[in-house]
Amino acid sequence: MAMEMRLPVARKPLSESVGRDTKKHLVVPGDTITTDTGFMRGHGTYMGEEKLIASVAGSVERVNKLICVKALKTRYNGEVGDIVVGRITEVQQKRWKVETNSRLDSVLLLSSMNLPGGELRRRSAEDELAMRGFLQEGDLISAEVQAVFSDGAVSLHTRSLKYGKLGQGVLVQVSPSLVKRQKTHFHDLPCGASVILGNNGFIWIYPTPEHKEEGAGGFAADLEPVSLADREVISRLRNCIVLLVTQRVMLYDTSILYCYEASLPHQIKDLLKPEIMEEVVMETRQRLLEQEG
Amino acid sequence: RGSRARALPDRALVNCQYSSATFSTGERKRRPHGDRKSCEMGLQLRQTFEAAILTQLHPRSQIDIYVQVLQADGGTYAACVNAATLAVLDAGVPMRDFVCACSAGFVDSTALADLSHVEEAAGGPQLALALLPASGQIALLEMDARLHEDHLESVLEAAARAARDVHTLLDRVVRQHVREASVLLG
Repeated sequence: MAMEMRLPVARKPLSESVGRDTKKHLVVPGDTITTDTGFMRGHGTYMGEEKLIASVAGSVERVNKLICVKALKTRYNGEVGDIVVGRITEVQQKRWKVETNSRLDSVLLLSSMNLPGGELRRRSAEDELAMRGFLQEGDLISAEVQAVFSDGAVSLHTRSLKYGKLGQGVLVQVSPSLVKRQKTHFHDLPCGASVILGNNGFIWIYPTPEHKEEGAGGFAADLEPVSLADREVISRLRNCIVLLVTQRVMLYDTSILYCYEASLPHQIKDLLKPEIMEEVVMETRQRLLEQEG
Repeated sequence: RGSRARALPDRALVNCQYSSATFSTGERKRRPHGDRKSCEMGLQLRQTFEAAILTQLHPRSQIDIYVQVLQADGGTYAACVNAATLAVLDAGVPMRDFVCACSAGFVDSTALADLSHVEEAAGGPQLALALLPASGQIALLEMDARLHEDHLESVLEAAARAARDVHTLLDRVVRQHVREASVLLG
């Protein structure tokens, strides 16, 4: 059986004409941002010897009197109202610890979880003992951020029927800075699959459910076999997302859809080859620019 | 996963581990994981990075830095520090400044910077210097040989100059990377 192998080659420097001409102030750690003491210092800066110095590599953002440096790649910083996709790592006394690609593990309290059947009652000792029956270590869930603790840890809740345990699908882990903030993060793409764009960089691609089930509370895991056509759509979407991420394109439903359509002429397994990647991304970018301007 | 008992309530723990591949030296030699040299290097790296990383911003957390040497031809400590600086920067962990390191020695009354394996094996005095270039502060200075104090000045100066040259290089590369990435993201 013939197999294709490639040797590593130096990455080509990206052309300057691709982006817009905004002149941004780029800094690296140790750079002095300003010596004016009138500014408040935000994230990514620290005060040293009467000067404001950058502590991460990124671009300087200024809002009135607040200066902060936005790093290129960071862990997820939770904000109230964000949708996240996470994996359960521990089952503790009255809560679950969820891994969400942030600095500290997120917390899902038992009282923030919907009971099956949608009942509203005080959680009892039996509920505590039955916790592992709801969510075990290794399960994936979609949830919303309820609160952020003072040390940066995030508290989640699944108090709606659209959140809960995730069934069959594919998870793609990307950097949180590449997921665009939008009104809704649950998309049913017309190509035949659905996608959840978690703000923490975890993206979940799954087959569109035939009919929306009410009352299950998001616990019933659908284990019916997924058809080949659906699986191909999901694989292609996954490769498209990986492609967009390597070329640092912001991820939102329109960009994923355009990339999917641009990739249709190629085979799914060829999508990750560098020359095909460039071609597809260029076409996607052009369509996005046309759509904007 | 780090042990919960070691978590510090007000700052992050920096955990460094050094390991050396069996094919890194001239003779293939199997190195057990917990041996003295690895532990010593790990400790030195930890001291260096605790001086540079702003640990106060991440309480109850642990920052792991794992370094593996693939080819050891002198100046392994310096190479580890320079590589780890880039890794920490790429991860977005806030640091005071770059940490640039270089080794230096004294042979035939000349101060030499960035010793190769042959020069290190010759047995002369050698020191390792890790510097925070913007402020000129020393993160770590290590020497375990005998050097006359009259010569210390010149050897230290040679190491500092070489470390600053390394900083110029790292600075250029990082700035270019940041520029490319920000151009793409728009």
